[in-house]
Parts: sequence; structure tokens; C-alpha cells
Amino acid sequence: MTDANGQTRRDVLIGAASIAGALTLSRRAVATPETMQAAIKKVVGDAPLRKGKVTLDIPPLVENGNTVPVSVAVESPMTADDHVKAIHIFNEKNPLPDVIGIRIGPYAGKAEIATRIKLADSQTVIAVAQMSDGSFWSDSVEVIVTIAACVEGI
Amino acid sequence: MARALINVPAKAKRGDIVPIKALIQHPMESGYRVGYNGELIPRDIIREFICTYNGREIFRATLHPAIAANPFFSFFTVAVDTGTIEFKWTGDNGFTATESAPITVG
Repeated sequence: MTDANGQTRRDVLIGAASIAGALTLSRRAVATPETMQAAIKKVVGDAPLRKGKVTLDIPPLVENGNTVPVSVAVESPMTADDHVKAIHIFNEKNPLPDVIGIRIGPYAGKAEIATRIKLADSQTVIAVAQMSDGSFWSDSVEVIVTIAACVEGI
Repeated sequence: MARALINVPAKAKRGDIVPIKALIQHPMESGYRVGYNGELIPRDIIREFICTYNGREIFRATLHPAIAANPFFSFFTVAVDTGTIEFKWTGDNGFTATESAPITVG
């Protein structure tokens, strides 16, 4: 069977199917609170994660998620026997739950770091500190983001 | 070579806790954004930043795509000896950059 344009019915059907396929939106990868918990567990293991000692400073209302200043300070004498070994930052709703992992030691003098991160959505951000005695401490902050980052097209 | 800005105090007293700041020019392309052609822009990020003081590592960061473009870090170290503080960034597509700054401890 051929229509006026010389196309068979099969050609038309194949064309229609491929357009439908192209229109189907691909699902975006998004970290969830569960994947964040899994990422935290990878760092913490079976040790208990306690609240306190850590202060995560991040603006509660972020206008532009492309660059969000964050700072983490951990209460610690930073001596050879008692110091912060690592600081990690996690998030719930970016494509990946990990933000950064930092290793420091007693030579830091004080456990205070700052950087700038991207946030794709309003969400909870968590900072986890690993102490030299093997304990883990955390702080979390809920952040509202008005312009998202990471997955925005250009 | 990417432009890097570092800030280390030129002089410090022994035992002082000194602030160190490092900023480097880099797009930190997350690999999750869609370009004009409708396809994902490939990931291009800095993976690791290491700072050493007279050869001893004082700060090491593992970066993920969620670090903002032009990665900035601020941290502290105890001034122990006169010497050099070195900074090294490594990333995707063979990206490497190094910087160093002298510090005089009296």
C-alpha cells in the first residue's frame, strides 16, 4: 500500500513511533533522603552518628543554588590525641548525595573549613565530622533554594 | 593553565593558627546539565585538592559535582616552620594545577 507521497503505512507508523520516543522525557537522576543515608552509612559504618559538636553554617534562604557558601566548624582541641580526622558534607536532592569529603588533622590548629557548593533544590544539608577516637558527630540545616543548580539546562 | 588565587600570610609567629585560602578557575561541569543540542554536557570537575606544608599534608579534599564552579577552600594550619605551602588540584580530562606560597615563621 502506498499513499500519494509514496510512503507505505509501515513508514508512517515507524515515523510516528520515533517521534513519540523522542518526546518521552528521560528521568533525571536525583538523590533521595534514602540515598543520602546510604552515603552517610558508607562513611560512618555501624558507629552511632550523634548530634552536636559540629556547626554547619549555611544561609537558610539561598537565592542562587549555583554557589552557596558553607562553613563547618567542629569543637575539638585539635591535639595529637583528640582531633578531627575528617569532615563530610551530604545533601538530599542533588543528583548525587555526596558533596565533599575533607581530611584534616591536629596540624590544622582548629577544625574550621569553608567552601562553596551547588544545591539543586530546597533540601536538608548534613555535615558529619569524624573524630580521632572514632566517634561521629553531625549537624543538619534545612535550606530553601529559589534558583536551582546542577541539572539546569543552559 | 587555570588561574589560581591563594592567600597565605607571609609571616607568622611559631604556634600561630594561620588562615589559608585557595580559589581556582574551573567550570566544575556536573555532568547532569543538558546543552543546546539536547544532550548531556560531559562531566568535567576537579576531583581532588591537596595542600601540603613543607611536604606534610595539611588538607585534602575529595570533590564531587556539587562543588560550585571555581572551587574555593578556606582552612587553617599551625605555623611550625619557615617553608613553603603547596597546593595541588587534579581533575577530569587530565586537569592538574599547582601553586605554592612561602611562609616565614619567626
